[in-house]
Amino acid sequence: MNITFELNGQMHSVEASPWKRLLDVLREDLRLTGTKEGCGEGECGACTVIMDGEAVNSCLVAIGQCHGRTLTTVEGLATGDVLHAVQRALVACGGAQCGICTPGIAVCAAHVIDRGLLEGADEATARTKVRELLAGNICRCTGYQLIVDAIVVAAREVTR
Amino acid sequence: MDRSAGPVGASVPRVDGIAKVTGRARYLDDLDAPGAWHGVTVRSTVAHGVLEAIDLDPGFDWSQVTVATAADVPGNNFIRLIEDDQVALVPIGGRVMHVDEALALVAAPTKALAFAAAKAVKPRVRALPGVLDIDSSLAVTQKLYGSDNVFKQFLVRKGHATDAELEAAFARATKVIEGTYWTSPQEQMYIEPQAMMAEWDGERCYLVGSMQCPYYVHKAMKAFLDRDADDVVVSQSVTGGGFGGKEEYPSMLAAHVAVLAKKAGKRVKMVYERDEDIAATTKRHPCRTQHRLAADANGEIVAIDVDVVMDGGAYLTLSPVVLSRGVLHAAGPYRCPVVRVRGRVVATNYPPHGAFRGFGAPQTTFAYERQMQKLALALGEDGFAIRKRLALRSGDTTATGQQLGFSVGTDEVLAAIEKVAGPPPARDGKAANGAPLRRGRGYVFYFHGAGFTGSGEQRLAGKATVAVTAEGRFEVRSSSTDIGQGAITIFTQIAASALGVDPASITVIDPSTAQVPDSGPTVASRTCMVVGGVVEHAAKALRAKLEQWGAANGVVGRRGVGAEGAATAETTSVPLLEIARAYARKEGELAELVTYEPPPGIAWDDATYTGSAYPVYGWAACLVDVAVDLDTYEVAIERCVQAVDVGKAINPSIVKGQIEGGTLQALGWAVLENVIYKDGKVANANMTNCIVPTFADAPELETVIVECPYPYGPHGAKGVGEIPMDGPAAAVANAVEDALGCSFDSLPISPEVVAASKPRWRLS
Repeated sequence: MNITFELNGQMHSVEASPWKRLLDVLREDLRLTGTKEGCGEGECGACTVIMDGEAVNSCLVAIGQCHGRTLTTVEGLATGDVLHAVQRALVACGGAQCGICTPGIAVCAAHVIDRGLLEGADEATARTKVRELLAGNICRCTGYQLIVDAIVVAAREVTR
Repeated sequence: MDRSAGPVGASVPRVDGIAKVTGRARYLDDLDAPGAWHGVTVRSTVAHGVLEAIDLDPGFDWSQVTVATAADVPGNNFIRLIEDDQVALVPIGGRVMHVDEALALVAAPTKALAFAAAKAVKPRVRALPGVLDIDSSLAVTQKLYGSDNVFKQFLVRKGHATDAELEAAFARATKVIEGTYWTSPQEQMYIEPQAMMAEWDGERCYLVGSMQCPYYVHKAMKAFLDRDADDVVVSQSVTGGGFGGKEEYPSMLAAHVAVLAKKAGKRVKMVYERDEDIAATTKRHPCRTQHRLAADANGEIVAIDVDVVMDGGAYLTLSPVVLSRGVLHAAGPYRCPVVRVRGRVVATNYPPHGAFRGFGAPQTTFAYERQMQKLALALGEDGFAIRKRLALRSGDTTATGQQLGFSVGTDEVLAAIEKVAGPPPARDGKAANGAPLRRGRGYVFYFHGAGFTGSGEQRLAGKATVAVTAEGRFEVRSSSTDIGQGAITIFTQIAASALGVDPASITVIDPSTAQVPDSGPTVASRTCMVVGGVVEHAAKALRAKLEQWGAANGVVGRRGVGAEGAATAETTSVPLLEIARAYARKEGELAELVTYEPPPGIAWDDATYTGSAYPVYGWAACLVDVAVDLDTYEVAIERCVQAVDVGKAINPSIVKGQIEGGTLQALGWAVLENVIYKDGKVANANMTNCIVPTFADAPELETVIVECPYPYGPHGAKGVGEIPMDGPAAAVANAVEDALGCSFDSLPISPEVVAASKPRWRLS
């Protein structure tokens, strides 16, 4: 069936089985390989995308559910050549190591920051909130410390 | 791409950082691979048996599918590593040695068809009784390896010649502490599953994939495919984590895709599903460590006796080396005149256990650091004070008789912990939901040998090249892979510093056996210390040649060379690149290939297991505060401070990332990670049940980098990758013991284990 949705600011139309996973449509049909598959069961968060203002695991979303929706993937975080504040902070703070979880974390963290979920929080509260809000994104390399640093730095920069 | 990696000692951003945060970094499954078929493995469902036949469901349409079996293997049907004992595919009539062992392979144009076809392949296996614990293996209930099921054993003796002398030392002691410690298997859980692709061009096989060690795959595939070195080309794709899990196992995938690609006449790609990856690939060796420790009236340790038994799983693979490291660390970093360490690794019918960060040392470290805590309690001494009092320092000798000289960071790491420790947390408290909490604190002190064991680095003779290309750029060529630990950034910094040039003019090329020399594997905390050192020497040699050529040919840069022709980073930072460009225009490429040379005074005797087990050690101390929820029995880690002597942090941010990542893996192993086997099969082969710490599980990690330079490492650097994995689990156990007043001698310390311990609690 034909499914139409807005992706990273552009309208897209794909011909696919409605049961096909959004993750596979992104990676195979649209060749947007920034969204990664780590587990295929919604545990690791490597495939996180934003769908109508909510962070979702694209491995658990059927493309049939996406008709008429608005999606953002890691490829849509930057504005032209200007990276999102959290992407810059992840690089600057050493928050990316092997990088396979990084797109999902960048998407989720950008969403958290852009929705203002860390606004007004002091450092300690912001750090605790980040740990709760990103609990669906697993990173095996960093111990999370430098990622939390990066997200808090980026949130401060955006608020300013 | 951001190429701003700067001078040594600065936390410059990773050179691959931008590619990774934008999703542009291409892992194996992201590569354009037009026409690639998908490979799937048909696996055993029994732990031990004989493969009698492989039937193909006659109702299935096989016209679009390639099926491969052991009969299709072009060469030697083994994964060549230490011994040729692990088959790539079980032949008809051959022994099935573990659940999820590969019996056949299928490839098809689509993943869906390949999976359907795999289900239609019906192996017939006659089951035999399995050997599923180390005692059954030692009792040889079934012969799995040799006559005794022992893959390898080691014996270390210090300060005594016979067992009678050892027992005499114990007899003279005033206190003897004995314990038996069990550590669980652990899944590496890299977030990118194992992935590999093969393509044939005539007789030449090209392999690309997610891996730590391209030359391990190359060595295995030369034999497996019966090809000359040039006819196997192995390249690493961007690799989404390894932690040891992509040390030896990628050769298995390489064998499988190579044989499928040859038979199908297609490019074939294999990307494991998560459940398959957890079920079939290597885990940390489960281990039983029995430890006896004797102290005299002054509280000095007078004798240590350790017996280590590791479960190697079905094949030998890397087990002898894992055991070796476990044995060499088993007596711990403490003064003791009389030491015996016995180690055995035995065969069972589990999937082979293998490399995982720490490589045997975390298992034995858990045991000796629990023993030290028990000794402290027996002597009525503070857990920190006893470690400080008994720790090895420069001039002391290790269990193998190695006299320590340089770069012993004992006092520095202990001082770092002491400085930030503060008072222990309030013993009793309440959780946010009102549940009663009981708190405790634990300390540990530990060491980790950097680089290969004994004369391993001499045998490896790791090589690296620094070159000026024909296009006038600087290139670093090594087979050390960046698996997230920052190798390419560190190499860029080291080479830039040695050449005195802008890091932006240097490229560390992607490892391919067609283009890089064999630097040895990316393992053993050796990449920065050993290969980084070779890169530094190669860069210096290249710089000297270029400067010589420049002087001889009248090529000088804009700013000229230094005052008396002296080469300094400042004066030649612009000129060297210009000389290089001039050289390239006239002469073409200039490449300096350098081979590792061990530092002087390193002598190791493999026969007696005495001497310098490692050229240098990392040293670390850790403090952990826990809160045990007395309603749910969960152990929460409230604070974790780790101080690690790394010699020199080439890039402090990357070093911090290494330490913290390793620490959280250790904390996870301590309280929540576990691999559950049932009848030889992994029962929790998914991320829902085989859990690892999330953002919410992780405490704020406090990291102190200590620098006691290693004179033979680049800028003083020594290994850091593994040491943070060794100690924290014991620190957690010591802290839980402090909280609840009873001992925890096995991992993980899960809520079930804490609940079961309740009758033993002594809450004063």
